[in-house]
Amino acid sequence: MDAALPTHAAMLRGRIFGHVGLMTGIAILVVAFACAIFAPLLAPHDPYFQDLAARLVPPVWQPRGTWLHPLGTDNLGRDYLSRTIYGARVSLLIGFSVMLVSGLIGTTMGLAAGYFGGRTDMAVSFIVTARLAMPVVLVALAVVALVGGSLVVVIAVLGLLKWDRFAVVMRAATQQARAQDYVAAAKATGASTLRVLLGEVLPNILPQLVVVATLEMASAILLEAALSFLGLGVQPPLPSWGLMISEAKAYMFFSFWMIAIPGTALGLLVLAINLVGDGIRDVAAPEGRA
Amino acid sequence: MSAILTVEGLEVDLSVPAGTLHAVRDVSFEVARGETLCIVGESGCGKSMTALALMGLLPRNARRRARRLVFDGIDLAAASRTQTNDLRGSRMSMIFQEPMTALNPAYTIGNQLCGVYRRHKGGSAAAARERAAFLLGKVGIAAAGERLGQYPHQLSGGLRQRVMIAMALMCDPALIVADEPTTALDVTIQAQILKLLKDLQDEFGMALVLITHDLGVVARVADSVAVMYAGAIVERGTAAQVFAAPRHPYTAGLIDCIPVPGRTKPGERLGAIPGTVPALVGNITGCAFRSRCAHAQARCEDAPPQHAEGGHEWACIRGAA
Repeated sequence: MDAALPTHAAMLRGRIFGHVGLMTGIAILVVAFACAIFAPLLAPHDPYFQDLAARLVPPVWQPRGTWLHPLGTDNLGRDYLSRTIYGARVSLLIGFSVMLVSGLIGTTMGLAAGYFGGRTDMAVSFIVTARLAMPVVLVALAVVALVGGSLVVVIAVLGLLKWDRFAVVMRAATQQARAQDYVAAAKATGASTLRVLLGEVLPNILPQLVVVATLEMASAILLEAALSFLGLGVQPPLPSWGLMISEAKAYMFFSFWMIAIPGTALGLLVLAINLVGDGIRDVAAPEGRA
Repeated sequence: MSAILTVEGLEVDLSVPAGTLHAVRDVSFEVARGETLCIVGESGCGKSMTALALMGLLPRNARRRARRLVFDGIDLAAASRTQTNDLRGSRMSMIFQEPMTALNPAYTIGNQLCGVYRRHKGGSAAAARERAAFLLGKVGIAAAGERLGQYPHQLSGGLRQRVMIAMALMCDPALIVADEPTTALDVTIQAQILKLLKDLQDEFGMALVLITHDLGVVARVADSVAVMYAGAIVERGTAAQVFAAPRHPYTAGLIDCIPVPGRTKPGERLGAIPGTVPALVGNITGCAFRSRCAHAQARCEDAPPQHAEGGHEWACIRGAA
């Protein structure tokens, strides 16, 4: 009776490709991922190689700039383009790992609190409140002071601290989904609790989960940069954008590009992730809603 | 006729902020294989709670008690969670009021139909799909193979209710509990769905417990009728008995509310029952209907006597006419 309608997949394709923000975000992300994965092939120089004879070379568009170092060199004569490309690795690695760790913790807690309610809900809400009372940077400071900073420590600290938004959003979404008839209908067809949770509730709150995940990933990348800037994150000589900004701050007035280049890269990556998150929400929103 | 479902003294209590709400009070009935029992009553009389209690789907704040609750030789009151899960969807299934929300929007129709089948019967995906397509055909959905790949939001309300019925039938159940299956649908679709349920019952021989507030529905499909008021069954009998000679004033009042083509003249006022259902919180003594009843007497303060006459039972001080 509605055979003339385009198929489900065709409508979805149309919505995705028609979304400018989503496509822009995906395009930037693809470039960032390519940089991260193929860094050794793309980078013109070794990011750790110091050429003290060529210190503080400005980018190619400035006077004194040379095509040998398109984005110039830093105070130790390391090629800035190569370091920026390698920096994408650290940012994306941290963003993804933190999102996975915190997402797993937060989603589990939110699902349990929202679905079971009652005491479980009270317990989870208490843990979330307790967690929100702890400032992330201060905790990170304390942990780094105790065990020293490294990539793994940053991932662990952020992953174990940043699940709060996952828990809060997933709890609210689950409460909503739990009251739907299809949950009762699934129980009426003999589905177990775990099956109802993972098979019925989770797929329906997936759009919200994806949006939170992207926002948290972007915020984790920014936090890593902030921690590295403070000297609490990844340690030199690893090329991290936050660390590059930190090292450049002494030269800010004379070599502005040193702070602008990693800053732009960081801003673009975070923007792209947020665009993708928003885009997915827009594309998924009409889905399944009658 | 052997009973597939025997309910004796079913009680459902809800704990609410104001105290304990006796949503279902001492409800007893039997359903035989291939029989249709309609439970009728107005909103809030406990009919949906009765249905949910049968399926073990009561809300968290509800307690179910029963002297006997036996389905197909299995004591539901004593069944474990796993046993209940094995029964639900396989031997007994349920059709919900709102076909718009009772299907999961995240999966295709085929996925949901096959999921039920494979959960209980196992077997190959192809066998499940074949069964699903067969049943979609049975419930009158054309191009079943194509529909299996569609999502719920691509179907109309009537189609979704047909899918729900097909889902209830997937594992060839002995009992289907339908909670107001036609209330959310257009009047024209209502008639189709009722006829469909009746035809399927003739073909597959399952028992049907139909919860409704619509006496028109009852007249069309019921073998036997139970009229509920304020959580209790006030009158029970075959459809013919209840419609031809309603004994309880509440039943008589309900029947008066239906316009009859030919007999009800244009402009004539339909019957109405004054007042509303009493609050069910706390203890209820005497006949719950007495505050609205035209025949109320002082004796109605006491528990109403039970009358029985050839399978027709009612609870009222007024005996057989």
